[in-house]
Amino acid sequence: MTNAQKNKVIDKGFQVIGIVCTFFGLVILAILIYNILEEGLTRIDWDFMKNLPSRRPQKAGIYTAVMGTLWVLVLTTLIAFPVAVGAGIYLEEYAKKNKLASLLEINIANLAGVPSIIYGLLGLEIFVRIFGLGGSVLAGSLTLSLLILPIIIVATREAIKAVPSSIKDASMALGASKWQTIWNQTLPAAIGGILTGVILAISRAIGETAPLIVVGALAYVPFAPSSPMDEFTVMPIQIFNWVSRPQHAFSVNAAAAIIVLLLITFIMNGIAVYFRNKWQKKVKW
Amino acid sequence: MKTRETIIEYLLKFAASITIFTTIGIIMVLLFETTAFFREVSFLDFITDKEWTPLFAQKHFGILPLVSGTLLTTLIAITVALPIGLTIAVYLNMYAPKGFRKIFKPLLEVLAAVPTVVYGFFALTIVTPFLQSIYPKLSGFNALSPGIVMGIMIIPFVSSLSEDALYAVPKRLKEASFGMGATRFQTSFKVMIPAASSGIIVSIILAISRAIGETMIVAIAAGQQPRFGFDPTVPIETITAYIVQVSMGDVPHGSLEYRTIFAAGITLFVFTFALNSISFWIKTKYQEKYD
Repeated sequence: MTNAQKNKVIDKGFQVIGIVCTFFGLVILAILIYNILEEGLTRIDWDFMKNLPSRRPQKAGIYTAVMGTLWVLVLTTLIAFPVAVGAGIYLEEYAKKNKLASLLEINIANLAGVPSIIYGLLGLEIFVRIFGLGGSVLAGSLTLSLLILPIIIVATREAIKAVPSSIKDASMALGASKWQTIWNQTLPAAIGGILTGVILAISRAIGETAPLIVVGALAYVPFAPSSPMDEFTVMPIQIFNWVSRPQHAFSVNAAAAIIVLLLITFIMNGIAVYFRNKWQKKVKW
Repeated sequence: MKTRETIIEYLLKFAASITIFTTIGIIMVLLFETTAFFREVSFLDFITDKEWTPLFAQKHFGILPLVSGTLLTTLIAITVALPIGLTIAVYLNMYAPKGFRKIFKPLLEVLAAVPTVVYGFFALTIVTPFLQSIYPKLSGFNALSPGIVMGIMIIPFVSSLSEDALYAVPKRLKEASFGMGATRFQTSFKVMIPAASSGIIVSIILAISRAIGETMIVAIAAGQQPRFGFDPTVPIETITAYIVQVSMGDVPHGSLEYRTIFAAGITLFVFTFALNSISFWIKTKYQEKYD
């Protein structure tokens, strides 16, 4: 075999390996989903959705966990959205290109790389102990808000950056103030990108387990929360609790709860992708 | 009008500075509790003792077993993710038909969007029994299974970010290589990967940093036995899993046990902070090499 032929064989060989590797991850994902569906799908019924947790696996349900997750999500969004979008606007439109701005930038990049469980330790000390919030929905939501701030800030900045300066210049030339220009021109044009980032950040928050365990979300909560100061659990913690038990029936419960959790996560990611495509197509400057 | 504009600017500035407060908060909280911890435990013991038993009667406070557990699972994860992720990146960039890349890149990113507690379930109930059928001596809890699953989870970190780096390499390099008669394989490994090396290294470092901080997979499937050593077939405990273990129990605030999770936390923070700083440094230093 000549050198050229040998090189051709290697080239073709790598192509095959490339295809195998690309499908490897997807096949694993398919196996995971198949196994979970097989194990848990028959367990899901209306009772499973609305029953309280129980020591008997057949009677246990995910009602308190679903309600806890909803509470945490709504509060986290309410807290993180204005702060993160505000920070994004400041960095993109107001901050001068100086030391402080680059410090803020490096800092946000770094925060995005801090493990989520460290945020849990921060929340435990600051919100739970010093603010005296205890293991409440509010303490958990504040912690998750800090965790997702960097994601939304980065998305906001990119969305604002994509708005052409001609729009802003025109607005300013007509006598609008800086804030009027941002509020009436820049933000409406950037909202698609911002919302995409928010949805992705929330779907990340839904799956977070570790920081909430650290701030004191409980594995067993007899009632759904009715105020931000109530104790709570969330779906991933309920799943963790069920997975950790030796009886097989609880493992079935865990699989059933995972189906619900994955469904929510995939739907939110799907919405985000749809949003991004639609928004990118529509806005042509 | 003028005052309103000024107030708004200050409000926005405050929102931006919350990110600074978060970092200061993290460092202060970790330092404060760790200082209190080291008033009772000697620092030398902490970094040299090979046993970690703060919850037992016979207390030892050596962080090494947790560090070795963390490094072991991370090493297994990166051994899985690096070759597969990099091969995918090269394949999507150099070999795959045009539409293929557009479909499969986001599809692979789904792997990173699955909640980690789901991967923990997968490792414990599916991967471990499967591995046991090949190697019967494997314990029910071990480092191997969560390590592999974690590796699968971080594949998209390596593949997507490395592909971005390959994509950013100027076309003329690729065309020059093809023009010399090189195959796609030769062009990939002799031209493209060296040219994109800074971006690829950054993607690998980020994936490692993510694996070190990963919690639920190891908390569920690796066991809770701090053990100094690198045997992947026996139960171990990582730094993150220890923090979860203590948090699940009822440890009184201000006790030495309570402070151990902050001492463990600061160790974790130092590791990830160093890795993130290195990747940031590489990114800023080599970013515009070809512009």
